[in-house]
Amino acid sequence: MSKFKKKKSGELPAISTASLPDIVFMLLFFFMVVTVLRDSNLLVMQRLPKGDQVEKLQKDRSVFIFAGKPGPGYEKYGKEAKIQIGDKYMDVSNIKFALEEFRRKLRPELQDKIMIALKVDGETNTGLVSDIKQELREQNLLKLIYITTPGNELEN
Amino acid sequence: MGRRATPEVNAGSMADIAFLLLIFFLVTTTIEKDKGIARQLPPPIEEELDVVIKQKNLFIVNVNKDDQLLVEDELMELSDLRQAAIDFLDNGGAPAGSLEFCNYCKGDRLPESSDNPQKAVISVQNDRLTSYKMYISVQNELVAAYNTLRNRESQRLFGWDFTEMKKGIDEGQITGDRKNMIQDKLKEIQDLIPLKLSEAEPKKSGK
Repeated sequence: MSKFKKKKSGELPAISTASLPDIVFMLLFFFMVVTVLRDSNLLVMQRLPKGDQVEKLQKDRSVFIFAGKPGPGYEKYGKEAKIQIGDKYMDVSNIKFALEEFRRKLRPELQDKIMIALKVDGETNTGLVSDIKQELREQNLLKLIYITTPGNELEN
Repeated sequence: MGRRATPEVNAGSMADIAFLLLIFFLVTTTIEKDKGIARQLPPPIEEELDVVIKQKNLFIVNVNKDDQLLVEDELMELSDLRQAAIDFLDNGGAPAGSLEFCNYCKGDRLPESSDNPQKAVISVQNDRLTSYKMYISVQNELVAAYNTLRNRESQRLFGWDFTEMKKGIDEGQITGDRKNMIQDKLKEIQDLIPLKLSEAEPKKSGK
């Protein structure tokens, strides 16, 4: 008799899964906090002009250049339009070094087909854009695309 | 004897967890849909070349620092620019029988406007203080003028729109032999109506 009793007491109690959601929540929150979806932090305003005669950007071979006034939270950098490549402000004369760096990161077969995507705020002066273009010409980076938002300026 | 039945793990909350993850990724994922006006810059100049373009083959668009348009020495609204550019490109002013005669042009054939679309050049001159928004709008309208004519010609020759087919190729919907065939035809249209948009170095304001 005592033999049977012993066996019964050894059976495992069911594992409580009541705390499972909490654990998953914690994990989820952990990842939410830790994950940085870095697609270069924007330091400049980006209200892109509208255009409807557009082509699609080929993302695998393009390098972005941003330009515009310092964005929200970066007002201390002044009111003049600035150029941003990667994560930092850039002077026109430094564009070539930054672009060379990005070019090397591209897949080798695409390095010759590199395309410069210009994301410039609508309120920027054309002078700055033409300075960038002049620099690109000197670097022989001749393919370029002005990123726009869908629509047409005439419609409003 | 040693084997004991493992109690079943409650999987009831699995769905909730999956939903949470799903929502998380839905919220954080940004779908890149960048589109823009593509342009090829001229190569750096090594030697000064003097190219003479006849005045009548040149369509000058001037934008000043207040974003006003001066087209061929006349003040113009942005909304009229597209039609003006089409009229200029499509003019076909070369006399019938001459080498430069344009047999597909449907314009007014004014002798003082462009000879044919291959000869016609649109020149945009900006001020350094022109806003980028205006600059893009002008470029957009001029590209639209070219696209309108290209669509017209491809409709006439092949029965489809130039821009539609180009988009199809860019987005990878058209592949294989059909792609090569269409690319040849696109090239043909581009030769008929080449995009000749020149950009002058921007002037300093006030000059």
